[in-house]
Amino acid sequence: MNDTRPMIEVRGARKFFGPLEVLKGIDFSVARGQIVAVIGPSGSGKSTLLRSINHLETLDGGEVWLDGVQVNQKLDRRSFERHINGVRQQMGMVFQHFNLFPHLSVAENITIAPIKLKGMAKAEARALALKMLDKVGLADKIDAFPARLSGGQKQRVAIARALAMQPKVMLFDEATSALDPELVDEVNLVMKQLASEHMTMVIVTHEMRFAAEVADRVIFMADGAVVEEGSPAELFRNPKQERTRSFLKKFLNG
Amino acid sequence: MQGLDFSIVPEYWPLIGKGLWWTVVISTASAVLSVLAGIGFALLVLYAPPVVRYPVRLFMWLFMGTPLLLQLFLIYFGLVQIGIDIPAIWSGIVALSLHFAVYNADIFRAGIASLDKGQTEAARSLGFGAWRTRIYIVVPQAVRGTVPAVGNMMIALLKESSIVSMIGIAELVHSAQLVISETYRPFEFYLTAAALYYGLNLILEAVLRGIERKVELSR
Ligand SMILES: Nc1ncnc2c1ncn2[C@@H]1O[C@H](COP(=O)(O)OP(=O)(O)O)[C@@H](O)[C@H]1O
Ligand SMILES: [Mg+2]
Repeated sequence: MNDTRPMIEVRGARKFFGPLEVLKGIDFSVARGQIVAVIGPSGSGKSTLLRSINHLETLDGGEVWLDGVQVNQKLDRRSFERHINGVRQQMGMVFQHFNLFPHLSVAENITIAPIKLKGMAKAEARALALKMLDKVGLADKIDAFPARLSGGQKQRVAIARALAMQPKVMLFDEATSALDPELVDEVNLVMKQLASEHMTMVIVTHEMRFAAEVADRVIFMADGAVVEEGSPAELFRNPKQERTRSFLKKFLNG
Repeated sequence: MQGLDFSIVPEYWPLIGKGLWWTVVISTASAVLSVLAGIGFALLVLYAPPVVRYPVRLFMWLFMGTPLLLQLFLIYFGLVQIGIDIPAIWSGIVALSLHFAVYNADIFRAGIASLDKGQTEAARSLGFGAWRTRIYIVVPQAVRGTVPAVGNMMIALLKESSIVSMIGIAELVHSAQLVISETYRPFEFYLTAAALYYGLNLILEAVLRGIERKVELSR
């Protein structure tokens, strides 16, 4: 194993939605165990970038690599489907709106992927679900259905579901922005705990304080491009670009 | 004028009961098949390659645009002519199943289309392929969401099943007719048949309500 190789590498990522250029050539990499926060105004392409990493969006140009394997490699349809399913099993994704499966219990939400995709035995999968739920503080909800959970609990189950596949990286797309303010902390706490366990993470967020606390590096995006990146201290206290300054100013005042 | 006299009914119960039995059997079999085929058609119409998709769409379109009675006659009397001889019971079940499968497919298709895109994305992001996502995530939710609408179709199916009397199957209506031709008591026996349909309907509705409660997503 090569520990100096980046866990995630994005090179020259370009994406169009119709005539609209949403990603204008993005380069960045995430080292093993590193935590990168992506901030920027709404519509700047943060979600599109994150979704390109696990190929929920198909890039029109550029490359994405995960741990030395090109995610968006050119293959015939069948081979690519097999390839991408394998790659996605190594990347956990957490969505703004949780996207728990409402027809499945909490346990089933977590175990369905290990059982169906990895062939894990049911009993083993349930033990795994319990372990993951314990991690997010929801072991007592193992047999509940999603509709009975609060937003914060749903998001924690969604994190547990992703973790159960034992991914190499976790991608978070505004994991707390659909939550009532009082439920934000319980989710942030789980993410901080993952950080302390050296999970590699890319976190798209609008919470500057949280980004400053948890991230090793912050990327500021605007209009489909990376405007500035640096350590939280550099970027938040001493932004070099005017664009960054005005964004942070607006954010801290608003 | 002849007064109403229901005391005659029990005497003919064996015949009526047999008709009731066939109505239940044919309706149940057709209901199950029409739901399964409906899911199949919906998946084909949505996801199959064009060489399959368009013929299925054409077939559905033709079945929606023609009367059930005609479809029944085509299957029972028509197919024989090209060497496909399907017994009356099975002709009835096939006609009812296909006729209602087409409507169910339309309901399932709409149910699938109305699902949140986030559901598919969550499954794909875990590593589920396109078909596994449909089988494990999309279809179960679409089926749950469409229980009321499909249930209404099944209530219609139960009543429409009487049409198989037209190819000589002694279901409930046909049995009543047989008894009436012997007793000349149309009012009593048609009312008896009506009451039995009504009873079946109540049972079916209770079953549907039970299913609805059981699969409710807000448990
Ligand atoms: N599926 C889509 N079709 C068309 N335009 C899209 C789509 N998704 C995103 N966009 C557009 O791309 C731009 C970037 O969106 P997004 O990546 O969601 O930004 P952010 O997450 O930073 O708010 C926006 O202008 C948005 O309207
Ligand atoms: Mg976004």
